[in-house]
Amino acid sequence: MAEVEKTIEIAVLRYRPEKDTKPVSQTFEVPFTDDMSVLQGVQYIKDYLDGSLSFRWSCRMAICGSCGMMLNGEPKLACSTFLREYYPGTLQIEALKHFPIEKDLVIDASDFIDKLGSITPYIVPAEPRSVEQGEYLQTPAQKAQYDQFSACINCMLCYAACPQYGLSTNFTGPGILALLHRYNADSRDGARETRMEIVNSEEGVWGCTLVGYCSEVCPKEVDPAKAVNLNKVNSTMDYFLRFFASGKGAGK
Amino acid sequence: MSARDPYVRPMTSWWLKNPFYVRYMIREATSVFVVLYAFVLLGGLASLVKGETAYNAWLASLANPLAIFFHLMATAAALYHTVTWFRVSPKVTPLLFVGGYRVPDGLITGVQYVIAAVLYLIIFTVAWT
Repeated sequence: MAEVEKTIEIAVLRYRPEKDTKPVSQTFEVPFTDDMSVLQGVQYIKDYLDGSLSFRWSCRMAICGSCGMMLNGEPKLACSTFLREYYPGTLQIEALKHFPIEKDLVIDASDFIDKLGSITPYIVPAEPRSVEQGEYLQTPAQKAQYDQFSACINCMLCYAACPQYGLSTNFTGPGILALLHRYNADSRDGARETRMEIVNSEEGVWGCTLVGYCSEVCPKEVDPAKAVNLNKVNSTMDYFLRFFASGKGAGK
Repeated sequence: MSARDPYVRPMTSWWLKNPFYVRYMIREATSVFVVLYAFVLLGGLASLVKGETAYNAWLASLANPLAIFFHLMATAAALYHTVTWFRVSPKVTPLLFVGGYRVPDGLITGVQYVIAAVLYLIIFTVAWT
């Protein structure tokens, strides 16, 4: 039996810097079937209704992290959300919150990218080994300490969920702090001290007020709120350890 | 010349735009009731130091309908805070493993609910008898 085609109303918040002074909503009637994702709906608009609509996408299977958008006010990956969830009714699509809009649904991610590069996002061997000495070994229990935090796909949904980041981009933010924890929690790594400077700083974990929405929207169950708040404990321990080590407080 | 002109959206009344944020703000606001209740207790302690008459006056002031209303509100706020705070507590708990399996967040929260319920019951029973 052929599936009955339905039509859904999609309101896209558009911003064309060459002619708009602020974002404006534009509504499209999009025919869809139950197996169509929101991304396919947006692609339909671009292919058949308005070719000037801009958005990012790549893999269509929730692993590249490109198609994050606000769907009815919630940050979601457009490729792993179905249009049928919003039918009947209007689906409102907006660029990821808390980031500057470059054009339509495309945001300026440069702040996120800069922060990503600033946390030493790679393993610095605690004890460097030569090729002859063989690989760095790790037990399953040691791997389990950082496993979930390594699942991040840099989709930035957690940033769109974090009001603290929206209020001040000085805050390092959930995703990057989770990634920072991923390396700090790795038994092979030796750069913890460098990263703790970021954790302890004004821009680090203390900018978080535990809203917790970041973990709610994460499509990969990284639980960035856990990574951030575990590091509040680590940061406190760090402070007292330095306090007792120096005998006169952490100072600077 | 660059044609770029990124638009930054305002954050005005951000916390009203998502039910999750509203619940978070209520959780934070419950602390106001906790502070006010601390002042009520402090007043009681001060009157106890002053003597029996002052203490009895303090006790009588608690029977005021307004005071009863405040206590009901403060109880509701404290309960809301307890429930929501225990719900986020797994976020500050280190990763726990038992027999190689991760202890689920729900269990961490659940155990705390049970402990809290038992303690409340004991305190309530002691205060009542």
